[in-house]
Amino acid sequence: MEVLLVSLLNGLVYGMLLFMLASGLTLIFSMMGVLNFAHASVYMLGAYFAYDISRHVGFWPALVLAPVLCGAVGALIEMYGLRRVHRNGHIAELLFTFGLAFIIDKAVQMAWGLLPVAYRVPAVLDRPLFTIYGTNFHAYRGFMLLISALMFCAIWLMLTRTRLGLVIQAALTHPEMVGALGHNVPRVFTTVFAGGSALAGLAGVIGGNYLVTEPSMAFTMGPIVFVVVVFGGLGSLAGCFIASLIMGFVQTFAVVFDVSLANVLALVGIKVTEASWFGEVLTIPLPRIGALLPYVMLVLILLFKPRGLMGTRDT
Amino acid sequence: MFNRLTWSAVAFALTLSLTSGVDLARAQGTIKIAYTDPLSGPFAQVGDQNLQQFKYIIDWINARGGALGRKFELVAFDNKSQPSDALLALKSATDQNMPIIMQCSGSNIAAALIEAVDKHNERNPDNRIVYINCGAVATELTNEKCSYWHFRMDAHVGMKAETMVRALPKDVTKVYLLNQDYLFGQSVQRDVKAFLAKLRPDVKVVGDELIPLGKVKDFSPYTTKIKASGAQAVLTGNWGPDMTLLIKAGMDSGLDVRYYTMYAHLGGGATAIGPGGNGKVRSIMAFHENIAVETGKTDTEGWTKQFRSTHNFDFYAAGFRTIFEFIQAAMNKAKSSDPAKFAQALEGLTITDMLGHQVTMRKDDHQILSEYFVGVFTKGVKYDSEGTGLGWKTEVTVPAKDLDQPNTCKMKRPA
Amino acid sequence: MSESLLHTAARPVTAARAGGLLRRHWPWVAALAIALALPWLLYDWTRARHSGFGVAMLSQMGMMIIFALSYNMQMGHAGLLSFGHAVFFGLGGYCTAHLLNTIKAGGFWLPVELVPLVGGLGGLAFAIVFGYIATKQRATAFAMITLGIGELVTSCALMFKSFFGGEGGVSTNRVVGTSLFGLNYGPSIQVYYLIIVWTVIAIALMRLLTETPLGRMANACRDNFERAQFVGYDPSRVRFFQFALSGFFAGIAGGLYALTYEIVTFDTVAGGMSANALLMTFIGGVGTFAGPIVGAILIVLLQSWVSLLSNSWLVYVGVLFILMVTFAPGGIAGLVLMHQPIARSGRMGRLAAPYARMAGPGLFVAVGFVLLIELCSFLTIGASQGKTFVLAGATIDPKSPVPWAIGALLLVGGGLWLWREGRRVRAAWDAVMEEIKAAAARP
Repeated sequence: MEVLLVSLLNGLVYGMLLFMLASGLTLIFSMMGVLNFAHASVYMLGAYFAYDISRHVGFWPALVLAPVLCGAVGALIEMYGLRRVHRNGHIAELLFTFGLAFIIDKAVQMAWGLLPVAYRVPAVLDRPLFTIYGTNFHAYRGFMLLISALMFCAIWLMLTRTRLGLVIQAALTHPEMVGALGHNVPRVFTTVFAGGSALAGLAGVIGGNYLVTEPSMAFTMGPIVFVVVVFGGLGSLAGCFIASLIMGFVQTFAVVFDVSLANVLALVGIKVTEASWFGEVLTIPLPRIGALLPYVMLVLILLFKPRGLMGTRDT
Repeated sequence: MFNRLTWSAVAFALTLSLTSGVDLARAQGTIKIAYTDPLSGPFAQVGDQNLQQFKYIIDWINARGGALGRKFELVAFDNKSQPSDALLALKSATDQNMPIIMQCSGSNIAAALIEAVDKHNERNPDNRIVYINCGAVATELTNEKCSYWHFRMDAHVGMKAETMVRALPKDVTKVYLLNQDYLFGQSVQRDVKAFLAKLRPDVKVVGDELIPLGKVKDFSPYTTKIKASGAQAVLTGNWGPDMTLLIKAGMDSGLDVRYYTMYAHLGGGATAIGPGGNGKVRSIMAFHENIAVETGKTDTEGWTKQFRSTHNFDFYAAGFRTIFEFIQAAMNKAKSSDPAKFAQALEGLTITDMLGHQVTMRKDDHQILSEYFVGVFTKGVKYDSEGTGLGWKTEVTVPAKDLDQPNTCKMKRPA
Repeated sequence: MSESLLHTAARPVTAARAGGLLRRHWPWVAALAIALALPWLLYDWTRARHSGFGVAMLSQMGMMIIFALSYNMQMGHAGLLSFGHAVFFGLGGYCTAHLLNTIKAGGFWLPVELVPLVGGLGGLAFAIVFGYIATKQRATAFAMITLGIGELVTSCALMFKSFFGGEGGVSTNRVVGTSLFGLNYGPSIQVYYLIIVWTVIAIALMRLLTETPLGRMANACRDNFERAQFVGYDPSRVRFFQFALSGFFAGIAGGLYALTYEIVTFDTVAGGMSANALLMTFIGGVGTFAGPIVGAILIVLLQSWVSLLSNSWLVYVGVLFILMVTFAPGGIAGLVLMHQPIARSGRMGRLAAPYARMAGPGLFVAVGFVLLIELCSFLTIGASQGKTFVLAGATIDPKSPVPWAIGALLLVGGGLWLWREGRRVRAAWDAVMEEIKAAAARP
């Protein structure tokens, strides 16, 4: 019972961290069909901007300024880069962001050096919030939960209650028609890309001091975010949210349950040891492959439901 | 479809490679040492910091006459963490008849280099090269895969595991093992358990985990398990974010354990762990800047202090200075920089390192035998790490003779 | 997908005698002759041996040509974007390494010349297994499935020691003494010539494949899969066959890798190698058969040679890539092919002068850009590594404003000038094209 509750809490926090990262990407992906490889790099930029800003004026201004900066970067990328490449097709846009990721990564290395930087959690949040079954629940994790929940609500409200949001929702499923109706689709695209980048920047501000802020953080965070977005499905924010939570819980609970396929086979009387056929594979306990389960789930869902969990359209 | 224009382009591109055999012209008379490590990409910091420390050491040793009256010169090759690029670097080095190639990071690259150097030396007896391994620690490189032309200048996994076990205080009886799921982490897991059984049978292993390399971002489920197991110490070979995130998650959840690591002292570790790690984090290391203070070696202290004042990370690679002192001694003893002669002089050689200890290059397997330390990350030391206010303090010193472990090397010596 | 990106012109198949065959394919023959001759141009006459680095780099080019062409079978010919192509390259390599070890231990006999074929068969087997899953979908879903498979195989390669040898990989020895021609393949030049033979075979086979019904249907499914269904073929089966065959050729490249480096480690299946395939194919040009060949040569040059000269080579790759994607989505080969109608009508001379005028400012822009990037790099990273910026024998100090000013001037000034010359080229181009159209319209 204790393990279950604590794991639920852990899974929730991790899932919400994934959602923070993935929300911006799902917006961009759903809207423009662009698989933005530079998204994780903007996340990294957000963390580094926050580090610099918090060194001079503090964490709370950084929480506001860094996402704005990242949004500006996103807008520039879209206006002067993606827009030109758009006519060459989705693959060209994807490859453009791919090349951009290289450049941003190198620029960060040149600007801030190759070592991790001391971007720390603000002192007021650096304490236990409450204690559950003897384990402290760190206040910053609660803060992360709060921000990501606010993020979700804010995006949801914007998409469903504002005019811009309705246009975006329409463009999610029928982009050409929206253009035909007279909306300034390029401006909408720029807004969405900038918004998605700002969200990535916010995720960087929050995640950068919780995790480690170093030049390889984009490289390590990138794949899992794509998995979450594609699993959740194109065109669906709710799908992204649910997918993040599912991934968070799966990875967390996988660590807790120490079973392997050999144990399952033993239940039906087949004895498997390391030396037997495929023994190395069958005796692998679940915790060892916990972090790989998202990829397995991705492949499975794409096989049976190519649009993802709650996707509303193909590319 | 192709047409002659495209083919002209192909021909042009192929002709571009005419300039590929660039002989990087260097000053005559220096002893060139090839060095390959990741210098770009996600692991660039490793190669970068090594280069900076090498430069400092080479300037110092050249001021002391180098070897055979000639100066040393380091020629760096970026291997981008890929064995094929390291092998290309080897080709470039042998093209220029360099006597030595060094490599510090990545046992997969080291394994490739050992084999390639062996085959090259066998197939080209007039242009041999010695491979000096400055940091790839997989034990089999001096056991099953050992080679006459390979010299390892850092303690291997087995020795580090034994140091870790020896550092456990008497009151710790429950330990939790957590390692990365690949050859290195699996070796750490195996060796630590073996040494626990041998040296500390009173200690119980209450948890034994392997995690996929570089993929786990949230360690809170693991800290939950560690807490539930009642462990007093966590023994891990993890490096990079796998190490720092584990420690951070433990500190955040108020886990009261000691952390025994192998890499917390390297560049970036102190920054990532932060002041919260005070008194909790330990690392197995060949050197830290406060050892000289503790043992009263003022000239060594002054030497590393000067490095600190001009660089933004601590000097941790005492082993690199020992490498050059070995090379200097061996070349001067053999009176030649010819690889066959100087390799013969190098094996079995003993010198005194900058901390005053006797260090030997063991002849059977070309593994270095030197002292090792276990430091704790704490306040109140003279030299702090990376501006965090905390630094390393020696908790346990393990002399070289204690680490003289048996080996299974069947070395094939050249005639 | 837009047509400009993936246009593959049809080539009428005509009968030809041997002499005519040679005349028609003279670029291939010339390229082969150059490939055979190059190691001798790099020969170190003072020490009477081949340049080890040069031969190694040329061998790498050969392998990567096969690898990139096999990737183009999916991307260019079938419209399948895959993020996990390196899986077949690496798995082919592992199979070959295990086979070589078995041969050496005496358990099996196979001439060394045929060993890459086994790598190909290994790649084919795994491509059939993974392809069955992946090709059920197309476009984005397919790309993501290949991403997932790539990540899974990479992690497995690290975790399982029995087949993959763990972190240290599987090492092997190519000197097994089972050659058909009595060569021992110890010297790398012999391996290089073997690679040339296999490259020629692979290119010929892949080229012939594009002319088969499978190749044509793959093109059709890429262009309009719904219509292809009406012709009577199942697009997912066409994709499956194309995917499997592309895995076969990737496996051959992997086998050659195992022979050349005599060790196969997990990075041969990792995402970085897949990204390489994508880069090479795209920069070379997906719309032509031979585009990936150009891309492979260029990328190997950048990675192996430029990376020795500069730590910022990744920036150059990124910028090159972005420039290609934005201005020349057809790749280098596409750029060259745009001139085909002009060359045919004999009007290339008209463009010679405008291009020549563009060369100067183009060079300035390139030099200025490289200078600025290198200055940045030396100021931050390089300086602490103790490297000094040496250009043509002169040491350049990154701290003084002079080189910065020169670099900025070259970049900006050259850029503006290039813009003007670019407009002239455009005008000349349009004029020539108008003439051609007018000439064609005349009866």
